Amino acid sequence: MSTDERNDKATGPMTQTIEVLTFDLQDETFALEAGIVREILDMPIVTIVPTASKLVGGVINFRGKVIPLANLHIAFGMEAGPPTIDTRTVVIELAIAGVASFIGLRTDRVNEVTTLDLSRSEPPPSVGMRWRSEYVKCVVKQEREFIVLPDLQNIFSSHSETAGGHLKAVA
Amino acid sequence: MTSNTDAVATFRAEADELLERIELGLLDLSRKPGDRALVDDVFRSLHTLKGSGAMFGFDALASFTHHCESAFDRVRKGEVTATENLVSVVLAAQDHMRSLLEGAETINEATGQELLMRLEQEVKMAGDAPPPEEPRKTSWEISFALPPNALVNGCNPMALLTEMRDLGECSVAADISEIPALDALVANECYVTWNVKLLTAKSRTDIEDVFMFIIDDMKLDIRQVETDKASEPAQPKISGDAAPSSDVSQTDKQRPASAPDARQAAKSSESVRVPAERLDELMDRVGELVIAQSRLSQIAAASPDLNLRAVAEDIERLSNELRDTMMVLRMVPVGTLFGRFRRLVHDLARETGKTIDLTTEGEGTEVDKTVIERLADPLVHLVRNSVDHGLETPERRKAAGKPEAGKINLAARHAGGEVVISITDDGAGIDRARVRAKAEAQGLIIPGANIGDQDLLQMIFQPGFSTAQAVTNLSGRGVGMDVVKRTVEALRGSIDLSSEPGAGSRVSLRIPLTLAIIDGLLVRVGTGRYVIPLSAVEECLELPVEQDLRSRGRSFISLRDTLVPFIRLREIFQTATQPDQFQKIVVVSTGAERVGLVVDQIIGDHQTVIKAMSKLHEDVAMFSGATILGDGSVALILDIAHLVATGQMNEALLRKAG
Repeated sequence: MSTDERNDKATGPMTQTIEVLTFDLQDETFALEAGIVREILDMPIVTIVPTASKLVGGVINFRGKVIPLANLHIAFGMEAGPPTIDTRTVVIELAIAGVASFIGLRTDRVNEVTTLDLSRSEPPPSVGMRWRSEYVKCVVKQEREFIVLPDLQNIFSSHSETAGGHLKAVA
Repeated sequence: MTSNTDAVATFRAEADELLERIELGLLDLSRKPGDRALVDDVFRSLHTLKGSGAMFGFDALASFTHHCESAFDRVRKGEVTATENLVSVVLAAQDHMRSLLEGAETINEATGQELLMRLEQEVKMAGDAPPPEEPRKTSWEISFALPPNALVNGCNPMALLTEMRDLGECSVAADISEIPALDALVANECYVTWNVKLLTAKSRTDIEDVFMFIIDDMKLDIRQVETDKASEPAQPKISGDAAPSSDVSQTDKQRPASAPDARQAAKSSESVRVPAERLDELMDRVGELVIAQSRLSQIAAASPDLNLRAVAEDIERLSNELRDTMMVLRMVPVGTLFGRFRRLVHDLARETGKTIDLTTEGEGTEVDKTVIERLADPLVHLVRNSVDHGLETPERRKAAGKPEAGKINLAARHAGGEVVISITDDGAGIDRARVRAKAEAQGLIIPGANIGDQDLLQMIFQPGFSTAQAVTNLSGRGVGMDVVKRTVEALRGSIDLSSEPGAGSRVSLRIPLTLAIIDGLLVRVGTGRYVIPLSAVEECLELPVEQDLRSRGRSFISLRDTLVPFIRLREIFQTATQPDQFQKIVVVSTGAERVGLVVDQIIGDHQTVIKAMSKLHEDVAMFSGATILGDGSVALILDIAHLVATGQMNEALLRKAG
């Protein structure tokens, strides 16, 4: 790879490296772009929202705002066990239907803020993965482990679609 | 860059205010066409708009406004009278300015051109109709003496006199009485005082301008000679000279220019413009503070430390006061809303050919800003309705022995925790027979059914319901009134309707003062706590155990001889907990429909700051919002309308099955 090329990539839309916050859901390591992370909380008091989908089954009080608490476990087909001493809520800011919204993400453990080398990333493998491929942006290999970048927009927008069906069932 | 966009935003806000001011001024003007102060006010606003528009790069706006300004300048100078047509054109132009301000420049090119043409026409017609006021001339007596050293400093009195002659007819007399005896005379000192009689159309400032460079040192006395009463409009025509009129423009330059400016200055020092989001942010902070404070109070109450308790009490008082103050900050007077209706009624009057007299009361009544914004559309519908259906044509009014001008009254007042906004007209009233016929035709009521008066009147809020025989531009399509009702209900308000045939009708909207706070009943279902809006609660009672068991199949209780369907919230919420031994029923209602909600425990009443649910929970129809409880946890607020509808649906299903 020539220097020119590398420069192009560094300044272009596909930046080589990104800053991320890594966290665990069960045994898998995931990463969020650090720029969207607003705060990391200990497990707050969760209010269950009856009839809401399991993905966003509760709400929490975040600085006087009522924000949804999402359980990415559900999106990735995992069981969310009872909270442990390592359980944290990562509050992110994300545009939902064009409106900037705070969302709490329940994680089993928050690791670190680190830099990911995107040149080592691969698109989600179409076979050999038990997750819905549109929920995964890419997988990055870092020091003998794989870090998954979830596609939050897809996860939450497909939620609204399935939620529509859910609503009818309730009514 | 950011400061630049900030400046543009500020300009927009200012321009909005100016446009509003122009509109109000124009509307007042259409009532009092001759009012100078109004003309000046409009002119000045136009002028400011043009000036700052150009400064912030709104060139299209500036150049368009320039034409209106010129037109108004002529009105101001008395060359043109502010006819009703002219006012209307400028009103339309003002709308165009608004769209220019919003940045739709290319689309509106043609409209702008057309407006300018109409404007030109109207100015011409308005200018022709009454003979243009002759430029008036005033006589002045001016006496001036130059400072002794004026000649040394290079001032030439001759030049001053020539310049003065250019202003108008002029006769000069030199007063040489001050000239000393020859032996005492210094050749290059000036001893002469000049007395000038000047007949000119120019103003005092123009005269003073002659002496511009030496005015500080010299003696100058300018007196206006009262040949005619200066205030009298008709002054003898002296010459056909088309110079702008003198004393009129002069006096108004001095008088009103200072008055409204002073008013404006006073206003701006009284209020600060703050974006609504910042208020919301502050509100969130205050909410957090209140929660933190209640935790502190709990700790203090458990502690033997008296100092801690004292501080906790202080904090409690302060934070409560802060919350109360915060609520008031969001309140704005309803007058801002009423102001818009003057324009609407003006336009409607022209469209329908009816004469309408709009009066308003209680403009100072304060309501939450969000409520005001959401009320604007329903009120427009109601006012249109009053004009179109309510008020009769002048001929019919005369025949009915009423004054030709129809009256519409907009009034606002506080009543308890609500604000009541009523629209009253003195028109024909609602034709109950026609409403009934229509309702029967649409199958809303059974023909011949005995129905209460209020219920019958409320029929007009049914979707697709209109008693107007002809669909007009204004209303009669049967859309609107149901929208009004829905909007008002979304604001947790209600509509009262009263009408007397031949004497008019009154629609009263009762709206809670604020959307931010409701009184709620806190209940527990399973382990979750929920808030039921207290306004919807009719009564609370215990569900007797035997009835609880018996009613497994059919969920009805008999309440004073009526069957009320009930919903077991624990079943809908799937709480997966053991029910409490004594189940309670909270009977809630919307209008006439009632439903019982079975809960585990009634905790008590709770003043609730409403928080919206996030977009991700939009699909959950059961809850209208959420609130934060004293311990920092979140409680959901039940959407009563939805629950009642669900209960009624269940009832209908059961009836069908049974």
